[in-house]
Amino acid sequence: MIEFDRVTKRYADGSPAVADVSFTVPSHKTVVLVGSSGSGKTTLLRMVNRMVDPTSGRVLIDDVDVTTMDPVRLRRSIGYVLQSGGLLPHRTVVENIAIVPRLNGATRPDARERALTMLDTVGLDRDLASRFPAQLSGGQQQRVGVARALASDPNILLMDEPFGAVDPIVRRSLQHELRELQRTLGKTILFVTHDIDEALALADEIIIVAAHGAIAQRGTPTEILTRPANAFVAEFVGVDRPERRLRLADAAGVEVVTDASGRPIGTLER
Amino acid sequence: MELLLQAFSWLLTPESWTQQGGALQRLFEHLGVTIGVVALSAGIALPLGVMIGHTRRWTTAVALLAGAARAIPTLGLLTLLGLALGIGLGAPVLALLVLAAPPLLAGAYAGVQAVDPEAVDGARSVGMSEAEIIRSVELPLALPVIVGGIRSATLQVVATATLAAYTSDTGLGRYIFSGLKSRDYPELIAGSLLVIALALLLDGSFALLMKSRSRAPRSDRQTTTIPLERNPS
Ligand SMILES: Nc1ncnc2c1ncn2[C@@H]1O[C@H](COP(=O)(O)OP(=O)(O)OP(=O)(O)O)[C@@H](O)[C@H]1O
Ligand SMILES: [Mg+2]
Repeated sequence: MIEFDRVTKRYADGSPAVADVSFTVPSHKTVVLVGSSGSGKTTLLRMVNRMVDPTSGRVLIDDVDVTTMDPVRLRRSIGYVLQSGGLLPHRTVVENIAIVPRLNGATRPDARERALTMLDTVGLDRDLASRFPAQLSGGQQQRVGVARALASDPNILLMDEPFGAVDPIVRRSLQHELRELQRTLGKTILFVTHDIDEALALADEIIIVAAHGAIAQRGTPTEILTRPANAFVAEFVGVDRPERRLRLADAAGVEVVTDASGRPIGTLER
Repeated sequence: MELLLQAFSWLLTPESWTQQGGALQRLFEHLGVTIGVVALSAGIALPLGVMIGHTRRWTTAVALLAGAARAIPTLGLLTLLGLALGIGLGAPVLALLVLAAPPLLAGAYAGVQAVDPEAVDGARSVGMSEAEIIRSVELPLALPVIVGGIRSATLQVVATATLAAYTSDTGLGRYIFSGLKSRDYPELIAGSLLVIALALLLDGSFALLMKSRSRAPRSDRQTTTIPLERNPS
């Protein structure tokens, strides 16, 4: 369990990026932070692996305050996908992915083998293994970042908009993959996205973040969709958008689900 | 022209090279002083520069200091040090150390500072210690700039090491000082030509070294260069 206990972060220039925020991420669950740009999501995420230390308040992992832990060892035990990728430009793809297993003491061939397996997991061709990051597309780089975070099989995953640059089809398959991983291996995942549909697809619980990390609402995807707590959440989730207001229509004996403007979405199974 | 021909004929005479205190011995002394001074200066300036680049602290202060140090006229410094330390190699070596430090320092901190902060952030966030970040991220990525600093320091020292002969009988500068004194211009020119040849040789070696060391495709981010110019002494 990850627990944020009244955390505040003030960067050097004064106004707080995150002000008095408390929430928990239950073990073996996926919690997704959704919110607009600059609302403090990355700041919150980085407090878990001590890339940012709170100005006040505490972050606890299984009831242990992270500030009492050695940051280097803490970071090696947590998978982190950076918003910006953060790959090493002078190392090949396979070397980048093998970094954490190597840091954790795996032999070079073992780490390499592990890294190649991770390439398969994130749907990248093994032919890319010996390329440098600059020779990959943005979406491919992001997937390498995901592979690197998964490579040491951490219990906790911090994922900061990990699929933002990948195309919708690959994104869907990666979301599915992550869901599987979470279900079978029981990972605890704190995930950040701008994309409410991605949040609905992945989350056990969604936290809608307003300015300075203020929590506008937290709840299951169904709760967020059916009972938005206020206008901000309703607007964010887009409950009034035509594609959220589904209808049932009859097309020659088949029940068709359509959006508010009558466009077909799919068929209904009973 | 006449003088130049005489200089070449001096260079082509075997005795000029082989005799006691001849060109061969002086060439090696000159090279030895250059390498020794650059190595000694690098031993201090490079670790300092890398730490400054890594922590990104005191960079302005060091840039100012290095700039000021560049402006010190080496001959003037040597004269002062010579008066204080007397005849011998001590004064010129100290003066040359001061000459070599600024480009070495600048190369190290500018090179490390120019490493993409996101790569460093990524390395730190997967659990590399600060020492590991320096060793396997910052140093490899900054290497071209650091080597550029060593190259520039070496060239300045090899040219200025002629001044070692001012207070001691060491290196190729001897030909220049004694040639001036006894108006033996062919010998003076021959000495200068040897210094130039040595400088070109060293520069060429650096060019080869840097060429052979580029493994990763150079992305457009890493284009930091450091200024090579300095005031004539
Ligand atoms: N290192 C820093 N120094 C100073 N201010 C910072 C720093 N990092 C973030 N901030 C500020 O803190 C606030 C929150 O930033 P944060 O990166 O956490 O937002 P975010 O929710 O992740 O935004 P985005 O969705 O755009 O990634 C912003 O106003 C940002 O400008
Ligand atoms: Mg962010």
